[in-house]
Amino acid sequence: MLGIAGTLAVLAILGFVILPAAVVTVAAFNDKAILAFPPETWSWRWFAKALAYEDFRSGFRNGLIVAGWASSIALLVGATFAFALDRYAFPLKRTIEAVLLSSLVVPHFTIGLGFLILAAQIGWARGFAVVVACHVVLVLPFVLRSVYVSLRNLDQRLELAAASLGASPGRVLATVTLPLLAPGLVGGWLLAAILSFNEFTASLFVTAQRTQTLPVAMYNYVREYADPSMAALSVLYIVATATLLTVANAYLGLGKVLNVESRR
Amino acid sequence: MSSLAAERRSNGGAGASTTAGSDAAVRLLGASKRFGKVVALNDATLSIRRGELMTLLGPSGCGKTTLLNLVAGFLVVDDGEIEIDGKRVNEIPTYKREIGMMFQNYALFPHMSIADNVGYGLRMRGVAKPELKRRVAEALSLVRLSGVEDRRPHQLSGGQQQRVALARAIVVSPKVLLLDEPFSALDRNLRASMQIEIKEIQRQLGVTTIFVTHDQGEALSLSDRIAVMFEGRIRQVGSPDEIYRRPADRFVASFVGDVNVLRGRLDRTDGQAVVTVGAARISVPGEPLARVRSGDPVDLFVRPEQLRLASAGEPIAVEGTVAAHIYQGGYVNLYLEAPEVCTSRVLMRSLEPDAINRWPTGTRVGVSIAGSDAMAFEVESASQSVQGKEEKLDASP
Repeated sequence: MLGIAGTLAVLAILGFVILPAAVVTVAAFNDKAILAFPPETWSWRWFAKALAYEDFRSGFRNGLIVAGWASSIALLVGATFAFALDRYAFPLKRTIEAVLLSSLVVPHFTIGLGFLILAAQIGWARGFAVVVACHVVLVLPFVLRSVYVSLRNLDQRLELAAASLGASPGRVLATVTLPLLAPGLVGGWLLAAILSFNEFTASLFVTAQRTQTLPVAMYNYVREYADPSMAALSVLYIVATATLLTVANAYLGLGKVLNVESRR
Repeated sequence: MSSLAAERRSNGGAGASTTAGSDAAVRLLGASKRFGKVVALNDATLSIRRGELMTLLGPSGCGKTTLLNLVAGFLVVDDGEIEIDGKRVNEIPTYKREIGMMFQNYALFPHMSIADNVGYGLRMRGVAKPELKRRVAEALSLVRLSGVEDRRPHQLSGGQQQRVALARAIVVSPKVLLLDEPFSALDRNLRASMQIEIKEIQRQLGVTTIFVTHDQGEALSLSDRIAVMFEGRIRQVGSPDEIYRRPADRFVASFVGDVNVLRGRLDRTDGQAVVTVGAARISVPGEPLARVRSGDPVDLFVRPEQLRLASAGEPIAVEGTVAAHIYQGGYVNLYLEAPEVCTSRVLMRSLEPDAINRWPTGTRVGVSIAGSDAMAFEVESASQSVQGKEEKLDASP
């Protein structure tokens, strides 16, 4: 249907999209201590080095701590607001929604800088609290949207049916609403965790040596060294994230959460 | 299934004793509900007897679903009272009202098995496992759907899902069963058989039932009594026969069943109301015509089956031209143009299979009016014009 030129164009675009990841992946196996493409000799050793490097190890741990807390807090806050926005009418509803989603349009470095100034004022600049708080703001829009879409897709007659059968509001929530929202909640949490774990720009401002997350540690590394351990780490990153998303999609139906599949 | 019926009866008996002889299972007293400026239900008073199947019939937006939701407790009245089993329930939340409801889309819980769906109400009531299992099995066998306990709702057909929804609603022995347009999602054949089945089950259990529909045929065939609603008001309450043969007003007459509206003239003699149409004189009930003077024009409402082609010597009410035929299998619908007496086409039925050949399009025919069930109402001004059934006749070829 496309013709030869069309097919080539599509292939070229697809190739262009995966090119960076492909180049980095190939570069990671270079035996020499330079970032070069294509490599002349092959090796796994940069993977070993990346996994052993202390800044990367602590960055990974810090990233997990920050992502875990930030996405959990964002889930709690986001789900509550999503519920309120979906179910109730109240004044300034649109304004409140706009404020919650505003970090989508404010540059990350602005948010990071803002948190840094605030945290310095109250003497928190060295701790995890400011990193977590900053990441909550950054990932909140995604959690909010994800839960909101799930709520929209939830047929409220199911809750009415449960009530008609004698279920108190609390039991309706526990036996009908939450189980049916679970994919949206878990999906939103996962999305937030991945975004937080990968976040770099704002993190650069709000992390200290002790709290630096993996992307920040990688940045600091690449400023001083140019060996392929960066590329090796990137490959591990890609594989881990892709695996996580694939598993999540298989068990939770992320398509439903992100509203790309029709429900009926 | 017999013990479910017995439980139902014993519950009913206990309820009756507490209400000191009142036979109303559900009562509305001047119930009103507004949404912003729209009055969805206006001063509705209705008493539903124990064990009765009461249908709320009307076009969309007439308030029937609002009324059902008020009884269910999904909405709260702005004015008036709602009683279930003799107790005022205005402030009682849905989950304490002991109702059973079947939703238009069935609203089965997609994340639960069929057995868990049906058993949900019993679990909420803390019924012990063995009894719960037994009652779920009974309910499923009552709706003739055994053997699907472990499946999920989406694995069942529409008709099966409806049976599950019914089983789930009746297994808790509700004080009142609410059915919200339950047949609208089914195809025609399945609909007819489900109607019969649900009616039988309702009889058997003796459960008081409120049934909402916009389908007048469904209402006539299923109901013990019908409440016809329009624009937020209950216009008439009566048995299907009363509604059909003695409609209270123009709206009821035109919404329930097919009807022809013929222009006639009132002739009041000796307290008897008689309407003259063409050469025919038809006696009609006088009450709806209290404000009309003798000699004034009135609208005569005549059912298609009351019209027939006049034989020689019979007074002819309508003289018209055959405009179209619709073959219906058992009968033929004849549409006549008779502009002097009727603004739309006159519909009559012929049981003769060769009616199409005997009275081809363009034939001039004389029509007489048989029977005593014609009704006459005041001529309405154009602004009050009732939408509904008249549209259906206009839409015919």
